[in-house]
Amino acid sequence: MKKLINDPRDVLRESVEGFALAHSSIVEAHWDPTFISQRRPLPHSTVALVSGGGSGHEPLHGGFVGDGMLAAAVPGAMFTSPTPDQIDAAFHHADVGGGVVAIVKNYTGDVMNFEMAVELAQADGIDVRTVLVNDDVAVEDSTWTAGRRGVAGTVLVEKIAGAAAARGDDLETVVRIAEHVNANVRSMGVALSACTVPHAGVPSFDLGDDEIELGIGIHGEPGRRREKLSEADTITATLLEAITDDLALASGEQVLLFVNGMGGTPTSELYIVYRAAAELLSRAGVVVSRSLVGNYVTSLDMQGVSLSVLRLDDDMTSLWDAPVHTAALRW
Amino acid sequence: MLTNQWAVKWIAGCATSIHDHRSELSQLDRVIGDGDHGENLARGFAAVAQRLQENTPDTPADVLRMVATTLMSTVGGASGPLYGTAFLRAAKAIEGRDLDSLAVVDLLTAARDGTIFRGKAAVGEKTMVDAWAPAVDAAREAYDQGLPPDQVLSAAATGAALGARATTILQARKGRASYLGERSVGHKDPGATSTALILEAASQAAKNGEVS
Repeated sequence: MKKLINDPRDVLRESVEGFALAHSSIVEAHWDPTFISQRRPLPHSTVALVSGGGSGHEPLHGGFVGDGMLAAAVPGAMFTSPTPDQIDAAFHHADVGGGVVAIVKNYTGDVMNFEMAVELAQADGIDVRTVLVNDDVAVEDSTWTAGRRGVAGTVLVEKIAGAAAARGDDLETVVRIAEHVNANVRSMGVALSACTVPHAGVPSFDLGDDEIELGIGIHGEPGRRREKLSEADTITATLLEAITDDLALASGEQVLLFVNGMGGTPTSELYIVYRAAAELLSRAGVVVSRSLVGNYVTSLDMQGVSLSVLRLDDDMTSLWDAPVHTAALRW
Repeated sequence: MLTNQWAVKWIAGCATSIHDHRSELSQLDRVIGDGDHGENLARGFAAVAQRLQENTPDTPADVLRMVATTLMSTVGGASGPLYGTAFLRAAKAIEGRDLDSLAVVDLLTAARDGTIFRGKAAVGEKTMVDAWAPAVDAAREAYDQGLPPDQVLSAAATGAALGARATTILQARKGRASYLGERSVGHKDPGATSTALILEAASQAAKNGEVS
């Protein structure tokens, strides 16, 4: 497997260094322990949003640090949750007296490390609240598993809650809005090929040339079901049906449709999926009033796509439209 | 009675064993998880071994506490908090005590309970707990028979190894492997496997004469 890297052990450091250099007007990198923060300080008493997780999902989360979104992001090793001391340092740096909202994807490692970091920060008097994101409908029976995973919907939670914080909402309100977004967003992904972690050097699972993995997670772990490859419209319909059933979407409702690339899928293919999903939704009488298409929550070089649908209300829509200035998202 | 030298040898032995088995652990993890268990744990124990050489703590409790804080800040993932909490609880259980057979049982029991607390897992869910739990049961049994600490540890290591092997037939209900549902059956759990390696190192360190 060919990789554009130097020493595999230096991938995280060199990647974060490059990111901070390229976007030096927006972010700065901190070392020992590693985290990324917004360069411009938040106004006093503003709620600070902090997120983090394993690396390999770029631009998540560092790419969403900046005005109107995250105050800090904590990258762990490749596909590995950051450690409590890293997260705690980011909490301390980000807090400007308004408290901190930690946005955590529901993965076992992320949950445990954030849990320990929250204990550490609270012991120092920082008011940290955790919002768990669990938008992945692929995980069907939560009593038999670690629960639904947090996947692409995380970006929507971070954008909308970030806009609420920038608007001056207090800690309780920002938490409530973040939870409200999470409650109204569902996602499901599919992989056409596995990804290769730099230090492993081999694909994270074996997938035949004519096979797809439905319900894929974002850490290169296999999904729930394997199928023969079919046409884009058929795969899109399968993903969308699982989402809309779970959301119980009704005719006349407004939604945000988000087609996310896993890293190795051409943008042209993402638009083919978007077209199919938008058509199906409109046929069901659902109004797609906002959209997002691109590689935002990736799994290294995985070929694949995830579909997210967020049921919108007026407040969420205006928070989505509010200005944002980060490396990966800006308007 | 086990000495401080035993604790030091145990942890150095862990570092060697995890380093030697890192590919095997990652391979197990690749099948039902994300393939990084060996590398992550090897990175953590390498840091532990280095700190141990630079500054050897004076008591077994301090050795285990140093292991806990180092693993927590270097491993990440789920293994970091799980082993970190296990060693932290173990350190607390033997604070200021002589390492007789009962102290060894208490050390292992605290580690098991710490793992259960942090991971919220029960026996039979295909996790580290499935190695810790039979290890504690076997250690308790050896203690009840009046056996010395090295034999209590030997029983624990055997219990952990058998428990780890038995995870193959289980369906995962915690952690990333749980997303595979029935497809997780037929594969050995990487976390239970590394726990068995850690307890085997504890037993080996005691066998090598670190008993006063």
